[in-house]
Amino acid sequence: MMHHWIIVPVALPAILAPLIILTMRYDLTLQRVFALAGTLALLAVAGALMWSSTTTPAEVYRLGNWPAPFGIVLVLDRLSALMLVLTALLALAVQLYVIATDWDVRGRHFHALFLFQLMGINGAFLTGDAFNLFVFFEVLLIASYGLMIHGAGKDRLRAGVQYIAFNLVASTLFLFALATVYGVTGTLNMADLAIKVAALPEGDAGLIRAAAILMLAVFAIKGALVPLQFWLPGTYANAPGPVAALFAIMTKVGAYAILRTTTLIFPPETAAIGSMVADLMLPAALITLAVGAIGILGATTLPRLAAFAGIASMGTIFIAFSAFTPQATAAALYYMMHSTLAAAAIFLIADLVTDRRGNGLLTAQPRFAQQGLIAGLFFANAIALAGMPPLSGFIGKLLVMDALRDNAALIWTVILVSSFFMVLGFGRAGSVLFWKSHAVGEPADPHHSAEPLAFVAIGGLLAGLVGLTVFAGPIMGWLEVTAAALHAPDAYITANQLPPNTTEGN
Amino acid sequence: MEALIAIAIGTLTASGIYLMLRQRTFPVIIGLTLLSYAVNVFIFAAGRIVPGLPAIIAKDAAGYTDPLPQALVLTAIVISFGMTAVIVLMALGSWLEAGHDKVDMDDEETGK
Repeated sequence: MMHHWIIVPVALPAILAPLIILTMRYDLTLQRVFALAGTLALLAVAGALMWSSTTTPAEVYRLGNWPAPFGIVLVLDRLSALMLVLTALLALAVQLYVIATDWDVRGRHFHALFLFQLMGINGAFLTGDAFNLFVFFEVLLIASYGLMIHGAGKDRLRAGVQYIAFNLVASTLFLFALATVYGVTGTLNMADLAIKVAALPEGDAGLIRAAAILMLAVFAIKGALVPLQFWLPGTYANAPGPVAALFAIMTKVGAYAILRTTTLIFPPETAAIGSMVADLMLPAALITLAVGAIGILGATTLPRLAAFAGIASMGTIFIAFSAFTPQATAAALYYMMHSTLAAAAIFLIADLVTDRRGNGLLTAQPRFAQQGLIAGLFFANAIALAGMPPLSGFIGKLLVMDALRDNAALIWTVILVSSFFMVLGFGRAGSVLFWKSHAVGEPADPHHSAEPLAFVAIGGLLAGLVGLTVFAGPIMGWLEVTAAALHAPDAYITANQLPPNTTEGN
Repeated sequence: MEALIAIAIGTLTASGIYLMLRQRTFPVIIGLTLLSYAVNVFIFAAGRIVPGLPAIIAKDAAGYTDPLPQALVLTAIVISFGMTAVIVLMALGSWLEAGHDKVDMDDEETGK
C-alpha cells in the first residue's frame, strides 16, 4: 500500500488549494488551519516516503497505470524523498512565519498560491518524465508569480514583470531542449533517455550535446548559476520576505534538476557528453561563489544581502556537483540541505528587520523592537551562512573541500577567500544594523508586537542547522548511499520496467 | 518543406529575441509570444514532417505520423497562452502603478 503514497505530495496540495479558494475565501482562520494542516500532512507523508526510500532503492508510480516509457511515471528514490522532506520542513517554517506576521492579510489567496507552489515543487522532485518536469516547472512558476507580487506595490510589480519575462524565456528554451531531445532519441522518459543517450550513434552526438547544454542552461537559470543569475537579486529582494524564504527551495529545484539529468541522462561516461558539462560548470560555479561573496560585501540593503548569500551557496553546491564523484555529490547534498534552511532563515530575519524599521537599508538607523533577539538570530545565521564553525555551514564547506582535492589550489582558494569576504560582509551588515543603531536617536517603534510564532519559525530553521551539525555523521552516511545510487542509476532505470524492445531506437 | 519550416522557425526566433531585448514591456511581450510560436513549430517538427498521414494508426492509411509531439505542442500552447495572459496583466499593473512601461529598474528603485 506504500505505493499510492507517492502521488500524495502532488495530489494533496492540488486538492487542498482549490478547496481553500472555493470554500473558505473569506475566512482567513480556516485558510490558515487547513493550509497548516496540509503542510503538516505533507511533512508526515514525505517522512514516510523517505523511510520507504531508505529500504527500497527506487519505486515507480505509473500515472493512469500506463507503463513507461509511454505513460508518465513518478519515481521515488532517496534524492527525491530527501528533497520532499526539505520542502515540507521549509514550507512549515515559512507558513508559521506568515501567520505570525499577518503577511497573508496583505493580499488575497496567499495560502492557496502557497499550496500550488508546493504542488509544483514536489512534482518536479518526483517526476520521472522530462516533459512532465517542464509542466511541474510551469506549475511552480505560475504560483510563484502570484506569490512574488503578493501585497503588490510599484517596485514589486515591476520586479515581477522582469521575473516573469526571464522565466518565460527559460521555459521556451526548455521546450527547445525537450523537442531536440525527443527528435534525437524518440523518448522523454528519463530512464529511457538514459539508455538511449548512452547508445546513441556517433552522428547524433552534436545534436544531443546541443540539447544537453540547452537543458542545463534552463536549470542553471533556476539555480542562479553565473552568467544566468541576474534575475535573482532583484526578484528575491523585492518579493515579500517569507516568499523569498520559500524561493530558497526554488534555486534547489534547479540544482536538483541538474544533478538528476547530469547523473542519469548526461553522465560524463557517455561518449557524446564526456567532460563537457564539468568543464563548463566548474568555472561558472567558481564565479558564482565569487559574485555571491562580493555581492554580500557590496549589498546596500538587507534583502539584497540575503539574495547574494543565496547565490553564493548555489556556487558552492555547483562546485561540488562539477566533480561528478559520489563523495563530492554527497557533500553537495549536505551543503544543499544546510543552505536551504540557512538562506530561508536570513530572508525571514531580513523581513523582521525591514518590517520594524520600514526599510531594509544597511545604514545606521534608530533602534527597533526586539532588536537584541533579532541580532542574536542574525549572528547565528551569519555564522552558518559564512561557513564559520561550529554550525553546519562549516562542516558543509569542509566536506566539499575534502571531496575536491584534485583541483585544490584553485577551488580551495576560491572557497576560502569568498568565505572571508562573506564574514566581512555579514560583519559589516550586522554592526551597522545592530550596533551603530545605539548611537542614533530614539527607538523608532518600541511597541511593535512581539510575534512569538515568527521567532519560533526562524528558531526552528536554525535548530534544523544545529541538528544538521550534531547529526552530520549519520546524515552523511545516508547521503553517501544516495550519491552512490545517483552515480550508478541502475536501480532507478530498472524500477521503470521499460519494455526491452524500446532500446532499439526509433 | 523542411527548409521552409526551418526558415520560419528561425525568423520567428530572431524577431522574438530582437523584440525581447527592447526596453518597453509591450514589445517584450510580443517578442515572448513570437518565441513561443517558434518553439511550438519546432516541437511539431521534432516528430519529423510527414504530410498527409493521420496521427493514429488506421487500417486504410499508408502509415502514421508521430502523435506525441502534437500532444506536447498542445500542452505548450496552453501553458504559453496562460503565461502570456499573466505577464500582460502584470505589465498593465506595473504600468498603472509606476506611470511608465520601462522594463529596466533604476538603481534607486532596486534598493528598497
